[in-house]
Amino acid sequence: MRRRPPLLALAALAAAPAVAVADQTQFGEVERGRYLATVGNCISCHTDAEHGGAPLAGGRAMETPFGTIFTPNITFDDETGIGRWSRDDFWRAMRRGERPDGAQLYPAFPYPWFTRMPREDVDAIYAYLSTLPTETRPKPENALPFPLTVRETVVAWNALYFEEGPLPPAPDRSDAWLRGRYLVEGPGHCGACHSDKNIAGASAETLLGTVKPDAHLTGGVLENWLAPEIRGGEGGLLSDWTAEDIAAFLGEGRNRHSSALTRMGEVVTNSTSRMTRDDLLAIATYLKSLKGPARDTVEAAEPAAMKAGEAIYMDACSACHGRDGGGVEGMFGRLDGSAKANSADPTTLIRIVLEGARSQPSDRYPSPISMPAFDWKLSDQEVADVLTYVRQSWGNSAASVAAEEVGDLRDKLTASH
Amino acid sequence: MVTRLPPVDAVMVGFGWTGAIMAQELTDAGLDVLALERGGWRDTPTDFPTTHAQDELRYYWRHEGFQAENRATVTLRNKEGQTARPMRRWGSFLPGTGVGGSGVHWNGITYRFLPSDFRTRSHNEERYGPLPEDMTVQDWPVSYDELEPHYDRFEKLCGVGGVAGNVNGEIRPGGNPFEGPRSDDYPNPPMHMTFAQHRFREAAEGLGLNPFPVPSANMSRAYTNPLGCQLAPCTYCGFCEKYGCGNYSKASAQTTILPVLMRKPNFRLRTEAEVLRVERSRDGGRATGVTFIDALGEEFFQPAEMVFLCAYPLENVRLMLLSGIGEPYDPATGRGQLGRNYCYQVMSGADVFYEDEHVNGFVGAGALGMVVDDYNGDNFDHSGLGFIHGGYISCTTTNARPIESHPTPEGTPKWGAAFKAAVKENFLKKTSVGVHGGSMAWRSNRLDLDPTYKDHLGRPILRMTYDFTPQDLAMSSYVTDKAMRIAEGMGGKTVNRNKRDAPYDSMPYQTTHNTGGTIMGASPGDSVVNRYLQSWDVSNLFLMGAGAFPQNAGYNPTDTVGALTYWSARHIVADYLRNPGPMVQA
Repeated sequence: MRRRPPLLALAALAAAPAVAVADQTQFGEVERGRYLATVGNCISCHTDAEHGGAPLAGGRAMETPFGTIFTPNITFDDETGIGRWSRDDFWRAMRRGERPDGAQLYPAFPYPWFTRMPREDVDAIYAYLSTLPTETRPKPENALPFPLTVRETVVAWNALYFEEGPLPPAPDRSDAWLRGRYLVEGPGHCGACHSDKNIAGASAETLLGTVKPDAHLTGGVLENWLAPEIRGGEGGLLSDWTAEDIAAFLGEGRNRHSSALTRMGEVVTNSTSRMTRDDLLAIATYLKSLKGPARDTVEAAEPAAMKAGEAIYMDACSACHGRDGGGVEGMFGRLDGSAKANSADPTTLIRIVLEGARSQPSDRYPSPISMPAFDWKLSDQEVADVLTYVRQSWGNSAASVAAEEVGDLRDKLTASH
Repeated sequence: MVTRLPPVDAVMVGFGWTGAIMAQELTDAGLDVLALERGGWRDTPTDFPTTHAQDELRYYWRHEGFQAENRATVTLRNKEGQTARPMRRWGSFLPGTGVGGSGVHWNGITYRFLPSDFRTRSHNEERYGPLPEDMTVQDWPVSYDELEPHYDRFEKLCGVGGVAGNVNGEIRPGGNPFEGPRSDDYPNPPMHMTFAQHRFREAAEGLGLNPFPVPSANMSRAYTNPLGCQLAPCTYCGFCEKYGCGNYSKASAQTTILPVLMRKPNFRLRTEAEVLRVERSRDGGRATGVTFIDALGEEFFQPAEMVFLCAYPLENVRLMLLSGIGEPYDPATGRGQLGRNYCYQVMSGADVFYEDEHVNGFVGAGALGMVVDDYNGDNFDHSGLGFIHGGYISCTTTNARPIESHPTPEGTPKWGAAFKAAVKENFLKKTSVGVHGGSMAWRSNRLDLDPTYKDHLGRPILRMTYDFTPQDLAMSSYVTDKAMRIAEGMGGKTVNRNKRDAPYDSMPYQTTHNTGGTIMGASPGDSVVNRYLQSWDVSNLFLMGAGAFPQNAGYNPTDTVGALTYWSARHIVADYLRNPGPMVQA
């Protein structure tokens, strides 16, 4: 009888390359780089997981409002990766979005956040990446329309919107708050998704205190998802989440309010679930300090839409989400007070109803509890009505959803499949 | 051309309840495990989401979740000398296929067997004297006390809701006073009862009986099992039997084990892989692996250190016969064990129709019910009755679906305007009292290979020679009388008796509780497997499931199937892996 402990054997294999390749004296730096690369979630964007691409070898298509950008190979392959980059080359890319040849990188690469990182942290990531297996994989051509094909355009963009260098000092803040701010605004680059973009694709995050202050971490739309507002202070959409709730969501993919679904599920699996609990609580401390923005007054929905919506809700939704929108803790999302339900932009709500959604499984919550798709079952008007009902019931307050909004998203999703 | 695959430590043939439990236990012990499932992958959001799980046409009428009859069915005859004919459409029972097996479309009723059920021959002979010569019942080689921790484990896996009647010997009010001692309470409270159960309880108590809630694997509340898998509160939609649950509310391999098992690096599942036979070493004493065929018709040999047959009992028997392992049973001589002691269950009952009161039977669940156990097993004195054993009597509310269910009182025409009017009048006003009768093994009831009919791969299909016995009919008649007395006390305007007569008819649905054929016993002279479900002939071959039951008790079998699997796994991990070979000396 062959008996072996495969779990242990696998763990040993996984750990082997880093230990073997890295100089012992560099181990501390490499390990710190590994952790920062995890916080930055390099692997999610720089891996074409959908097509079985090697880790960090790039090729993932990123849909931007302006076209498709393919992520580059950041393994240390000499020809197709960053094998010939020096530490200084890597620093300039992270600090200013500059390639070694002087060309400007597109801000889909979140250098407007990475610029907050000190040199030693960037060097640590470089050291870590240098220890990983290399992979030869050329980058596909981006599909961007003129004038964005001209990288010089980005130079102009930088002049307008980019602010280089570390975050301002905040001497009256706690260490946890400072650490949380650094993780969120620096390597974690939360605002890349969770802040609104202006017309030029610049995140308002980088315009802090200038153009759209209220847009900072108040939700953003990309790839036909709304990443909801994550401000947890007074008036914020996460104001009823405790710091513990936020840490649980990031660490385990679920909490008593909600589950991490598609995109955030990926972030939880690849990044936040691998972060220390102290760091997750630091993030929570920072988010809990951000007050909510001023909100537009919500107009009451048409009674006919509410009535139709309630009937659809009772038939199609209440079995899981409850007649009172209370959900089932850790399983079925709580709609009462939900940040997604109360967001001004209903994109994610509509999309979940049309396509269904799957909670990301984690060690703590292995069951990938899912909601089925309703696109074949409910018309645009029915989806609009039921969501209008959800957005204006049980204390929720957000604008009605129009059938046209549902139809538009349905078309976009059909086109992108 | 047969492709030889890399070897594994253990291969599961079939991936329902028993395959999933065994794979979970063996992977925890560090083994490399592969499961082969002839059907497809199935999971809740893809295959039975709430948006279409309650599609009666698809699942009930068109049998989507069941084994396709045109690929392999079973032939039936009532007795020797008759020509068995194939069941071209399942009726009496509904074997599943695909990941999760029949455990996807079960009701979720989760009883333990009585301590005396494990000593059927000795207990009854001690109390009543010799049994009829043709009654081939025998004692189980495992006791209730030995299985108790494993029952407990399966019930916690499944989140069973109920009221314990006997915890460590202390009889508790509201539970089953006849049950064997439990080491712990049920993990969940019982389900919410409806009008029909309240009436049943009052009527039963009025007769001095001991009603208690049906133990249910439909969740009475949100539950996280010991593996961390989550189940949601049942919505009482009434689509359990014949359906997968869209709400994560019914225990199944999908909801209780697979989220954890499928993540393990030392587990793999291969679907659309139908096992043709178990292969053996030249001397026949050792299984070398299994040969299977994939959906493209390609054959593969999968070497394995251990082989587990985890298919439905009928298919496990057929695989043994097709592999030529063990001696087929001959009823004339009594020689041979394979196919012997095939048992079923004897179902009957009563319908209660109300005048003005609404039962609202569409608010239901597969295991939503009240039950009495006073006439089950040896819970009552059988002196002078001419039979042993019995069955439970229950009132469950489920299955009231528009295509399947159109209750009408006796004497109503079967079609036309009067039929329609009666359905309309009675649809919301009817409930049933069911008798779930045990099935005692009989010399003439057996399974073997059919001499004529073949499956889609050209292999003989299974032949069932089965009829109700004098024991079955006497028991059923007696317990149905008792059920009628309860039904008559439930305040309806009419009560119909649904009796069970011979010959056994494969058309009307009765129950998917087929047992025996690969039974467990004390020696190779009385059984196919030993007390650890290990083949007497081939010591690295194990047979899971209800095929091991020497005879069938008056309860749903799943709890006992789960407990036996955990029991077997426990001893394989603790003993066999250290010292492979026969675990019981013949």
